[in-house]
Amino acid sequence: MNTMMRSAVSVGGPASLGFPRGAARTSIGDDAAVRLEVRNVYKIFSADPKPALSMLRQGASKAEVLEKLNVNVGVLDASFQVRAGEIFVIMGLSGSGKSTMIRLLNRLIEPSSGEILLDGKDLVSMSKADLIQARRRNMGMVFQSFALMPHLSALDNAAFGLEISGVSKAERHKAAQQALEQVGLGTYASRYPREMSGGMQQRVGLARALANDPTILLMDEAFSALDPLIRTEMQDELLRLQREHQRTIVFISHDLDEAMRIGDRIAIMEGGRIVQVGTPYEILSRPADDYVRSFFRNVDASKVLRAGDVARYEATNTVIRLPGELAPALQQLRENHHNFGYVRTQDGRFEGVVSQTTLERELKGPQPRFINAFLPDVRTVNAATPVHALLALVADTEWPVPVVDDDHNFLGAISRALMLHTLVRGD
Amino acid sequence: MDSEIRIGKWVEELVSFMLDHFQSTFDAIATVVNGFGGAIDYVLVGAPAWLLIGLIVAISLWRVGVGFAVFTVAALLLIAGMGLWTETASTLGLVLTATLLSLLVGVPLGVWMARSRVVESIVRTTLDFMQTMPAFVYLIPAVMFFGLGRVPGILATVIFAMPPAVRLTSLGIQQVPAEIVEAGKAFGCHDRQLLFKVQLPNALPSIMAGVNQTMMMALSMIVIASMIGAGGLGNVVLQGIQRLDIALGFESGLSVVLLAIVLDRITQSFGRTASVPRPVRFAFLRRFLPVPAR
Repeated sequence: MNTMMRSAVSVGGPASLGFPRGAARTSIGDDAAVRLEVRNVYKIFSADPKPALSMLRQGASKAEVLEKLNVNVGVLDASFQVRAGEIFVIMGLSGSGKSTMIRLLNRLIEPSSGEILLDGKDLVSMSKADLIQARRRNMGMVFQSFALMPHLSALDNAAFGLEISGVSKAERHKAAQQALEQVGLGTYASRYPREMSGGMQQRVGLARALANDPTILLMDEAFSALDPLIRTEMQDELLRLQREHQRTIVFISHDLDEAMRIGDRIAIMEGGRIVQVGTPYEILSRPADDYVRSFFRNVDASKVLRAGDVARYEATNTVIRLPGELAPALQQLRENHHNFGYVRTQDGRFEGVVSQTTLERELKGPQPRFINAFLPDVRTVNAATPVHALLALVADTEWPVPVVDDDHNFLGAISRALMLHTLVRGD
Repeated sequence: MDSEIRIGKWVEELVSFMLDHFQSTFDAIATVVNGFGGAIDYVLVGAPAWLLIGLIVAISLWRVGVGFAVFTVAALLLIAGMGLWTETASTLGLVLTATLLSLLVGVPLGVWMARSRVVESIVRTTLDFMQTMPAFVYLIPAVMFFGLGRVPGILATVIFAMPPAVRLTSLGIQQVPAEIVEAGKAFGCHDRQLLFKVQLPNALPSIMAGVNQTMMMALSMIVIASMIGAGGLGNVVLQGIQRLDIALGFESGLSVVLLAIVLDRITQSFGRTASVPRPVRFAFLRRFLPVPAR
């Protein structure tokens, strides 16, 4: 975890990108293992997909295929990778093929063409028996309509996947009870779905998906049927579960705020195509086309972005690594025309902020030490803090406010100028 | 009238061909049905009236409620009072036998129909055809293959009463919400688990409605089947018609109606609560208890 984070910061090419990717939400580095890889997947809703496939491969659009062959195209040449431990949101309007896409991932819908690799093994060419094993062992799914069994209690619903796998009653009830407790429904085990509110039912749905401890969680508009307050609550719940135990999650949503809130990376779909894949910040700052841009037109950047998205690392701040000497540090500050320097240890932990003035003062002393040159009252900000909560602090602080992650690793700093630039998004 | 197209003649030849070559098959069917129907009849007719009445009243109380239980007591005592209990018990036996056999064939057929397009189109057409036929017509092949008596009566009733069991089973399975079926698959159900753990439990309310319909149709048909000697209350109704005995006709007819109401309400209750698995069953007892302070 710690090593992953560090490598993400140092390898992630801060000079080229200017910010650490996805660092705000979880510590998923670019080098995290790929769990799920989708390669050139097509879904044609037809008994014989071949003519439509060849048309599409020659560059025909979805509409043209529909007009010429009267065949519906669900997903068109989709390719993306989902990394271990991330929440990967697939977002699009209704009819964009996102629900089809997630069903292709566990073959509830059979792909017409392409490969879907789970830990390197192709699900598409897998035998039915192997597929069933993969679903039982590795995959959990949460549905928009909850899809609980009305004749089973919350406990038996949560135990459903384990029952199917042939786990003994005592064992599966124990696991199901634990899963219910994880989602805060420990005392509701004997309730039936119709005795519960939508939010509670979806918690049971989530518990059912968690009970067999899947490594991949597929969530199809899981929170869309809930009212806004409960939806936010469930999103927090999911983020909390994700902090406790990192799973790989593919999350379908038509709600941009939701996607921005929970997504480490987002794939945007339109007309069966994947238009863009990236971190919320990447997509927000560099939309691939007008369609994506129109999506983000009304987005309040200060609510979407987290401190970690905005914080800039070396490009705009002078970073001083410990152990080191004070004199070269001062030299570095002067060369960069920076008044403030950010001191971190070799393994990335944030130590403090120094200024040219404090360094000069300390160098005149008998035993110059960094610790005596630190500015007092330096407040750090957690990477997950939404930008709108930072406005006052950044405005009131003379130096760019340092941003750290949960392990107190230095991610960068936010200056007033950077904050303003972020809010107007360079339009 | 001398017709050119002799369909009747061909059918007659077909029937005699089948009788010549499949006699042993028909005998086997007859033996099984007769044994099954006979056993049920033996138990119901043989049991003392008070025991059977008590049992039916208990079921009414358990499934429906106190009010209906009172009605059941009154209805069954009235039947017994009119001296028609033995015939009613016999009819009940015939209905139960026919209903069970209908379900035994009809439910699996409905499941098969829900899972296969081809089967669905064949069965649906056959059922449509069967339901347009007048009830009487079912008696003809039954008599031809099985003669007179209980067995052809039951078999004609089974054929007549089966369609709702088939249709409502198939409908129930097809109406299970798509996401629930997907949930079953997503958690790794193989085909049989999907049927028994997801589709059938979710289709149960519909299937129970089919059971209710089948039983009601079986009751109406078994009365008609008395014409080929099925026995029971139908015989008494038939006597009333033949002798123009208004009193006998009314009493037997009333008994059929009362039995129908009791059976209908009881089977309906199973349909209603099939989707309500909580123990609501002894809720009526709470009425006799003092209201607990909350």
